[in-house]
Amino acid sequence: MKSKAFILLILATLMTASVAMAADPEPTAITNKEAIDLVQTHANYLWTLVAAALVFFMQAGFAMVEAGFTRAKNSINIMMKNLMDFSIGSIAFWAIGFGIMFGATSSGWFGTTGFFLSDFTPDGDPWVLAFWMFQVVFAATAATIVSGAMAERTKFTGYIIYSIFVSGLIYPVFGSWAWGSLFNGSGWLEGFGFIDFAGSTVVHSVGGWAALAGAIVLGPRLGKYTKDGKIKPIMGHNIPLAALGVFILWLGWFGFNPGSTTTADTSIAMIFVNTNLAAAAGACLAMIVSWMKFGKPEVGMSLNGALAGLVGITAGCANVSPSSAIIIGAVAGVIVVFSVMFFEKIKVDDPVGAVSVHGVCGAWGTLAAGIFNIGGTSAAIIGVQILGVAACFLWTFPAAFLMFKLIDKTIGLRVSPEEELEGLDYTEHGGIAYPDFGVSTHGGISSITGTPSSGLPSYAASTKPATQS
Amino acid sequence: MKKIESIIKPFKLDDVKDALNRIGVAGMTVSEVKGFGRQRGHKEIYRGAEYQTDFVPKVKIDLIVDSDMVDKVVSTITDVANTGSVGDGKIFVMPIEGAYRIRTGESGKDAI
Repeated sequence: MKSKAFILLILATLMTASVAMAADPEPTAITNKEAIDLVQTHANYLWTLVAAALVFFMQAGFAMVEAGFTRAKNSINIMMKNLMDFSIGSIAFWAIGFGIMFGATSSGWFGTTGFFLSDFTPDGDPWVLAFWMFQVVFAATAATIVSGAMAERTKFTGYIIYSIFVSGLIYPVFGSWAWGSLFNGSGWLEGFGFIDFAGSTVVHSVGGWAALAGAIVLGPRLGKYTKDGKIKPIMGHNIPLAALGVFILWLGWFGFNPGSTTTADTSIAMIFVNTNLAAAAGACLAMIVSWMKFGKPEVGMSLNGALAGLVGITAGCANVSPSSAIIIGAVAGVIVVFSVMFFEKIKVDDPVGAVSVHGVCGAWGTLAAGIFNIGGTSAAIIGVQILGVAACFLWTFPAAFLMFKLIDKTIGLRVSPEEELEGLDYTEHGGIAYPDFGVSTHGGISSITGTPSSGLPSYAASTKPATQS
Repeated sequence: MKKIESIIKPFKLDDVKDALNRIGVAGMTVSEVKGFGRQRGHKEIYRGAEYQTDFVPKVKIDLIVDSDMVDKVVSTITDVANTGSVGDGKIFVMPIEGAYRIRTGESGKDAI
């Protein structure tokens, strides 16, 4: 009996309490606006920085792709290049690049404020820091694309100088034309309505065309072409590593594209789906084309196909439907196979296919963003896209070409033939990446055999290719 | 004493080792080698370019046996390593002048 009374008492108390609460006005979205805005702001910071972390991880992807597609004797050099283009690039982008790209401008050609992150004040709005973090990993992506095309023959000091210029100058100038208004700037190209949501042109084509300039100034690797001009493949030393790199890049792209909203809202769902579908279609089509052309589903082309699809959808990921994303990715997957073969044929030696994946498919993606625009397309929209693609090439390629020529004439861009044959790991960095493994001489010019103490003379015996006919 | 040097297909190594163990061969030295004979090499594709690989990976087994074991060993290897296709490998037999066990200093037949 006692317990029954107790329960009744509790019920009565609860009822009075709820009646009392109902007397207060119901909170609405309007009365709670301040709190809701605060939560939204925090969500934006969180999403932007999580996405920045995903994009940062793409550095690991690029490093693995490049190392896997090249010979073991250059692996340390490739790790060092990928480490330093991010590290040096971060400092250069902090000091100069960010100001050029996002600073206030009167001309629309480059920004002139915000150097050394001067937009940040201790009690001011910290958004500039979150935004800078997201932008610096983009700048580093453009910078690191070039590394792959110049692999296995570039002098390390020359590469360091290049890193400063691309992150501090070449990338930010074009970036300011297309993206300046995302912060304090306002570029001439975005004024025309240029669509490049996450950077098919701004990031990937810039990287790809700079890579083309670098590969041309350097010339092909020793042993890549026979005396009568026939292509002789130089095998990568670790295809599983290259494949891991592609999976890492694919993951990173889920930050690269959806993160470019820098806003935590519902639009990221479609961008995610588009990104994934384009990559999948790119891999499928590259595999099918390679199967038809070479008789076997070739792994290198299929991996590049996935990347081609990702680069292709980057411009239009927020502006096209998922079915258009499949078409964009599929076309990129076909283009990349023929593009890789084309550049091999005209003797541009690009060990990882960076020019084709990032330069050519970046241009295709930018054009496709206009053609498949979800809000309708017109000759004017496509015209602006073409203008953007052309402007990117006309700025990046000559600027990068000039820079590489200058580096070549001053401190030197390419290592000596002896160093190249011996491998950059030993000659540039004084080590070898896999000391406990016998290094295969499977095709092409022989790799290092034995330990570093065997020294330079060992290349003399190995200058003859291990395979003939 | 004879040395029997056989070059076989790599995936046949375990079968050959087991068969030799069964007929009483107590030790062997194995190395990974590359080469070509009548099989020649084969064509492979790398990023769209076809190339010829002349040196095909093989496994070389070195055995030192008592002379009266030679026929049995050779017929066992020939039997087990045979797939019927070109590239199954070769067997070479050659004389051995001496053999010594480093730990005990035993020599000749006792050392193998």
